[in-house]
Amino acid sequence: MVETSDIRVVRCGGSKVNLTPPIISSDSRFVLCTSGDLVKVYSTRTEEWLHSLQGHTNQVTGITLNPANHLQVYSCSVDGTVKLWDFIDGILIKVQLVEVHETVEIFLSSGLCVSACPECFQLVSVHLPKSAEQEVEAKEMSAVSSHISKNPSCTAFGRGGEYIAFARHLQLNVYFFRKQKTYSFSLKATDKKGAKNAFTCIACHPTDDCIATGHEDGKIRLWRNFIHKKEYTYSTQHWHHNAVNTLCFTPEGTHLLSGGIESVLVQWQYGADNRKEFLPRLGGSILHISASSDGQLFCTSHSDNKITVIESSFKVCGVIQGLVKDAVLTDLMIDPRSKALVLNGKPGHLQFYSLLRDKHLYNLDIVQQEYIYEAGLDQFEVVKAAFDIKGSWLATVEERGKKSSDLEFFLKLWAFDERTQSFVLNTTITAAHTDRIISMCFSSSEETTMLVTAAEDSQFKAWCQGADADTQQDQNFWSCDFVGSYHKLNPTNCSFSADSSLLAVSFQEVITIWSPDTWEMLTTLCQPPGVIRDLCFGRLSCSKYLLGTTTKNLLCCWNLLTCELEWSTSVDVSKLQPDPFSENVAAFSYQSKHTDLFVFKPSEPRPLFTNKNVCSEKVHRAVFVPREEPLNSCDESTQWLNRSQLYFLTQNMDLLTFSTATEEDRMLSSSKQLVIDDSVAVTPFYLLLGKHRQQQQKLNTQSHPVSDKPQQTQGSVTIKELLHTPAHVLPAASVLCSMFVNSFLISNTGVQQDPLSWLT
Amino acid sequence: MGEFKVHRVRFFDYMPSGIRALAFNRDIERIAVARMDGSVEVFHCSDRFFQEKIIPGREQCGIEGLSWVGERLFSAGLNGGITEYDLTNQKVKYTVDAYGGPIWTIAGNQQGTHLAVGCEDGTVKLFEVNEDKIQFERNLDRQKSRIISLSWHPSGSKIAAGMMDMIQIFNVETGHSVHRLLADRGVGTSRSKECVVWSVVYLSDGTIISGDSVGMVKLWDDQTGTLIKSHNVTKCDVLALSVSQNEDSLVAGTSEGTVVQFQFISMVLGKDDKEWVRTRTFKNHTHDIRAVAEITTAVVSGGMDAQLVVRPLLDKVEVRSAASALRKIHFPHRRLVSCARKSGLMLFQYPGHLELWRLGESEGKGMPGSSLFVKRNPEKLLHLKVKGEDHIRCSAVSPCGEWIVYSTASSLRLYRLHCDNNNVSITKISKLPMVLSSANQLCFSSDSSHLFSASTQSSVHLVSLSQSGCKFVGTLKPKSGERTIGFGVLHIIEDGKWLASANSDHEVHIYNLQTRKAHCTVPVYSSAVTAMGIHPTTNCLFMMYADQQMCEYSIEQKQYTDWSRMVQRKGLHRFWMERDTPCLNVMFNPQHPSHVILHDTYMLCIIDQSLPLPDDKTQFYNQLTLKSLPEEQRKSHSHAFKVCKTFKDILCVELMSDQSLVVVERPLEDVASQLPAPIKQKKFAT
Repeated sequence: MVETSDIRVVRCGGSKVNLTPPIISSDSRFVLCTSGDLVKVYSTRTEEWLHSLQGHTNQVTGITLNPANHLQVYSCSVDGTVKLWDFIDGILIKVQLVEVHETVEIFLSSGLCVSACPECFQLVSVHLPKSAEQEVEAKEMSAVSSHISKNPSCTAFGRGGEYIAFARHLQLNVYFFRKQKTYSFSLKATDKKGAKNAFTCIACHPTDDCIATGHEDGKIRLWRNFIHKKEYTYSTQHWHHNAVNTLCFTPEGTHLLSGGIESVLVQWQYGADNRKEFLPRLGGSILHISASSDGQLFCTSHSDNKITVIESSFKVCGVIQGLVKDAVLTDLMIDPRSKALVLNGKPGHLQFYSLLRDKHLYNLDIVQQEYIYEAGLDQFEVVKAAFDIKGSWLATVEERGKKSSDLEFFLKLWAFDERTQSFVLNTTITAAHTDRIISMCFSSSEETTMLVTAAEDSQFKAWCQGADADTQQDQNFWSCDFVGSYHKLNPTNCSFSADSSLLAVSFQEVITIWSPDTWEMLTTLCQPPGVIRDLCFGRLSCSKYLLGTTTKNLLCCWNLLTCELEWSTSVDVSKLQPDPFSENVAAFSYQSKHTDLFVFKPSEPRPLFTNKNVCSEKVHRAVFVPREEPLNSCDESTQWLNRSQLYFLTQNMDLLTFSTATEEDRMLSSSKQLVIDDSVAVTPFYLLLGKHRQQQQKLNTQSHPVSDKPQQTQGSVTIKELLHTPAHVLPAASVLCSMFVNSFLISNTGVQQDPLSWLT
Repeated sequence: MGEFKVHRVRFFDYMPSGIRALAFNRDIERIAVARMDGSVEVFHCSDRFFQEKIIPGREQCGIEGLSWVGERLFSAGLNGGITEYDLTNQKVKYTVDAYGGPIWTIAGNQQGTHLAVGCEDGTVKLFEVNEDKIQFERNLDRQKSRIISLSWHPSGSKIAAGMMDMIQIFNVETGHSVHRLLADRGVGTSRSKECVVWSVVYLSDGTIISGDSVGMVKLWDDQTGTLIKSHNVTKCDVLALSVSQNEDSLVAGTSEGTVVQFQFISMVLGKDDKEWVRTRTFKNHTHDIRAVAEITTAVVSGGMDAQLVVRPLLDKVEVRSAASALRKIHFPHRRLVSCARKSGLMLFQYPGHLELWRLGESEGKGMPGSSLFVKRNPEKLLHLKVKGEDHIRCSAVSPCGEWIVYSTASSLRLYRLHCDNNNVSITKISKLPMVLSSANQLCFSSDSSHLFSASTQSSVHLVSLSQSGCKFVGTLKPKSGERTIGFGVLHIIEDGKWLASANSDHEVHIYNLQTRKAHCTVPVYSSAVTAMGIHPTTNCLFMMYADQQMCEYSIEQKQYTDWSRMVQRKGLHRFWMERDTPCLNVMFNPQHPSHVILHDTYMLCIIDQSLPLPDDKTQFYNQLTLKSLPEEQRKSHSHAFKVCKTFKDILCVELMSDQSLVVVERPLEDVASQLPAPIKQKKFAT
C-alpha cells in the first residue's frame, strides 16, 4: 500500500458556477463566482475566464465584496476559513479561521461578518479582528438566531447593515444589530385560496426600510413598518406561477428584480408595482440575481450552470457557461480532436467542454427537436455516445420511453466535417435493434472504422461504412455488416482490443471473443458466478489481458494468449476505466458507504495506487483526460497521473479529480507570473495588439539597453527620497527643485536623445 | 333530536339591492348604507354589525350620496332632492329640492354646520344645517361640467370637487376656485373618453387624493396644485375612496371588486418623512365596489353584488375575536316571510309587492334525510302590488290565513282573503281606524282575532278583527309615561295573554293583554334583541341578542329563569359565539316543551333545556359522533345544542301547527346568477 499524502481530491474544472450569487466588481469589469474550490474571475465584456483565486481546500460557499475596499473580496469555504483577496491581482491578503463549524454562507456589512453553519444552521455574527497578520483566528462570535433557513437566499442585510432579515418556513425575522432585538412575523401556511406561503428568498431595499420576500406560490411581498408588532404591513404582488427563487434590488432601489423556474427575469418598478418588464427565455431556471454597484449590469445564474450578464436595458450581453451536469446519461468521453470532455449538455444535446481551460466549447444538437420545459413529458434524450479513435466519427443513441413497451430510439452517426469543424449527421438508423441498446463501441484501428452495438434483443450488430447499393450517391452511409448472438443471451457489454483485432462481447456470465475480420467466434471465457458488468482490454504492454468485472464483486483478468484466468480478486467495482495512454486501469469500488480508488496494471495484481474514501457516493462515470504537457514525477504513487488526469462524476453530480502536490506548486507559480495588465481587458484584439506592443517594447529595450536602466533607478531614488521624507524636515522647495529636475536628465553615456521628448 | 317534515322552500326570489353609498359615523359607531332601490339601512358597528334600522325606499329615488351631520343622516339623489331621515321612527323626515338638477354627491363638513352638494349643472351648493331643517346658503363658482365628488378640508375652509377631467379646489369663504387640477385621460383608445374623477379625499395636511375612471389613485398638493404621485391601481375605474380617522390609511374600491389599501408609512424607520405606499389588496367582491368606508378597525365595502363586506384590519384590532372576523352581510336582519301556521300559507315581502303561496303537500313517510314525493306542488295564490311609490316596510299574514296586512311609510292596508278551493279573492278593508295610518311592525294574535301594530310612538295599537271589519280597541304604552321620544318597535310577540315588544333602544316591554297594561320591563342589555318568543306553557320570554347571547325571562315571576342564569354563569360555547349572523326567529315545539328552535342564516338549532350545556372542551357539532355511539352512551355525550347545517342561506324557518317545518332558503348562487355580468378580467396575462 502506498501512502497517498500528496495526492488529494479537488474540485477543479467543470464545477458549479451557480452555487452562489455571482458578484460584479464595482467598475463592472469583472464577474466573480465560486467554482468548486476556486473563486473565478471572468471579464464581463468578453466572458473570458481571466484567472482564479486559489487557496481554499474545500468547496467555496460564499463570496462578497469588501464593503471597505471595493477591490477586495471575501470568500468563505466549507474548510472553515474566510479569506480576503485582491481579486484583480489574485493575491491572498488575509485568512480568518472561523473556528465554529464549516462556514456555509457569508454576508458582510461594515466589519461584521455573519455566517451560517450547516449542522444546526445557525446565524452567527463573527467579528473580524483588525490585525496586520496574514492568518488570524476569529474568536469573537455571537449567535444571532438558529431559526434560519438552509437556503442562503433567505437571509439579507438591510439598509446600511443596520439589521438583518432572515426567514424560515413561514416566519420572517428581522434582527436589529444596534438594539439587539428580533421582530418576528409569521404567515399562515395556507389560506382559503390554497396559497403556499413559505418563504423562499429575501431582499432588502438599499435606502428604504422595505423587505421584499419571495414565496413558494410565486408571490412577492413587500414588508414595511416592521418595527411594530402589529402595525407592520405588506403589499403582495403575483406574477410568478411557481416559487420565486431569488430577489434583488437594484443599487439605487428603483427596481426589484425577481426570477424563478420560468427563467424569465422580471423587473418591478419600486413604488409602482404593477409596472413590470420581462426578459424571457434565459435558459435554465434562475437561481440567483445580482446587480453591479452602478446598476449598469445584472447577473443571473441559472440551474444549467450558467451565468448570464445582462445590461440594465434588459439586453443579454454575455453568457458564462459552465459544465452542465444535470442529467448525465452518457459516459464521460474525450473528443480525440479537441481533447474536450463530452457528455450530455442541454436537453437533447451533447456538450463539448474543455477541462484544461475550464471552458464550455459548444453544444451539438443530437435530437434536433424542440425541448419542452415541462415536468412529466417523455422526450428524447441522448443516452449513449461514442467516438472513434481519430475523432472523425461520433455515434449517438437517443431514446424515449421509460417503459420498454413504448420504447423508441435512434442510432445516429455523425461525421466530422473539416470545413465547418463540427459534426454533421451522416446516418440515422431508426430500428437498429428491436430493443434498447446496452453498449456501443468503435473499433480502435486507424484503417477501418467499425461500430458494434449490443442490445437487449440478445444480439450484437456490427456496422460498417459502405456504399449502399440502393442509393446511388457518393456519400458513404453506415449499414449493418454482421449480426451476432450467443445462445439467445442478452449481451451486457462489448469492447474492442487496442489493435482492433479482437472484439469481446459479454453475454451475461460468458465473454465471447470474436475476430472482426472473419466474424468467427474464437473462444469463450466464463468465470461464474455473476453477470459481467464492465469489460476492457489492456493497453500497450498489457494488451494480452482482458479485464472484466461482475455483479458478484469479482474483478477478473484473463490472459488472452492462454485463454486462462490470470488472476481475480474480490472487489465491488462500480466503474472500470482504462487509461488510453498507459497500461494503467482505474477501478472505483463502493464499499460501506464510501468509494475507494485502485489504480493497477493488468499484468500484476498489485495496485499501483490506492485512495481510500475518495467520496461518499458511488462513482459510475470516470474518464482519463490527457494532459497538455506531461508531468515528470518519478514518485511511484503519482506516476500514473503523469500523462493524464482522472476525472470522475459522483452520484450527486460533482466532478472531482486528483491533483498532486507538484502540480499545485506549478499552478501557483504560474498564476503568480500571470499578472494581467488590468488596464486593458483581455479581448482577442488585446491578444493580437498586446503581442505586437510587447514586441515593440522588446525592440525598444534592445535599442536602448544602457540608457534606460540607470536613468530610471536614479530618478526613482530621488523621487522616493522626496516623497518619503517627512514634510517638516524637507529643505526649501527651491533647493529641491534643481535636484528634482536633475534627476530627470539623461546622462550622456547613451545614444544621443532629446530628454524632453523622453519626458513627454 | 326530533324529526320534522320540512318544506324546503326555494321559490322566494328575493333579490337584495346593490349598495350605492356608505357613511360612517364615528361618534355613535353606526354605518349607514344606501342601496340602489333607495332604501337606507343603519348598522351598529360595535354590536356585531346588527342591522338596526331599515328605511324603505321609493320608486324612482336613486340615492347617490349619504352624509352624517352629527347624528342626523342626509342623502341626496338623482331626483335632485336632499332628504333628511327620521332615524327614530325609521322614515323620511323631509326632502328639499336643490334646484340644480340631479345631485351626484353630498358631503357635510366636520364642524356640522354645512352640507355641500354637487349637481349636474356644475354648481356646488352649500346648505346650512339648522335645528330642524336645512337652508340653502349659496352656490360656489359654477363649473362647466357636472360635479361628481366632493370633499371638505377638515378645517372647513376649502372644498375639493371632482369633475370630468379635472379637480377644482374652492375657497368656501369666497366661493371662488383656487386651483384646477387636470386629471390625465387614459392612453390609447380611452384617450377620447373623459376621465371621471369618481372620488376625492381632502386631507388635513393639504393633500388631495383622487380616484378616477382611468384606474389611478393620484395624490395632489393643494398649495401648488401639482401632482405628487400617482398609483395605477387597476385597469378599470377607481370608484370610491375612504380615509381613516387619523389619516394614515386610505382604501380605494375598484370596479374589479378589489379594495386596495394605501398606508402613510415612513420609508426609513424612525424618521418622519412619510409616503403613501400601496400595501394590501382585498378581494371579496365579484362586482363593482361603489362605496368603501374605513371604520376604526375594519374596511367596509359594498357594491353591485349587494353584499356588505366588513374586512377587519388586524393591525388595528386589539383582541382577535368573533366580533373582529371577516363578515359578509347578504340578507336583512329582518324577516321578510310570514307564515299562516294553521292554513299553510306563506307571505313573501318584496320591495314593491307581496306574494302569497300555498305550501305543497307530500305523500308517505320516508327515512330521515330522504326527500318525499310531492303530491301537490306549491302554488302562488296572490300577487299584490303596492299602491303608490313607497316600498313595503312590513307585512303579515294571520295564522288562520284570512287576513293580510302591509304597511308602507305612508299607508297601511288590510285585506281579507277568501279562499274557496281554487278561487282566491281579496277584499280591502276600508275605514281603518286613524291610528293605523302607518306601522313599523305588524302582528296578528294567535287566534287571528286581533291585529297589533307597532306605531312610531313606542306604543302598540290593538285592533280587533271581525267579519264585518275592524275596530280600534286600545293602545299599549310602556310604564314610563314621561318618555316623549319614541323608538321604533322591533318585535311584537303575542301569546294570548302576554305581548312583548322590543325597541331599538334595547328595551323589552311586556304587556298584559287582558288588562291592556304594561306588565314589566326586562333589564336592558347592551346588545340589541334580534328575536324573541314567549313559551306557550311556561310563559317565559326567550330572547336572542345580536352578540349571540340568549336569555330566558319568566314573565310571571318577573325575573330571569334558573336556566338563563346557568347559561350566563357557564357561558356559551366558542363555536356558538363565533357565528356571524344573528338568530332571526325563536319557536317552541308544543310536543317537547323543553325544546327551543332557533335559526340564523346558516343553521337551524334546537336547544334542549333539559340537557347539560356544553363547555369549551366538548365537541359542539356532535350529531355524527352521537350517531356512531351506541344508545346507552349517547346520553353522556349529548348536550343542549343540536345544530342542523343541512340548510344554507336561510331566510326564514317556521314551525307550522301540523309539526312540519318550513325552511325558506335563498341560495347565494341564485342571487349571484341574477346579477349583471362583472367586468371581464384576464386571469393569466402580463
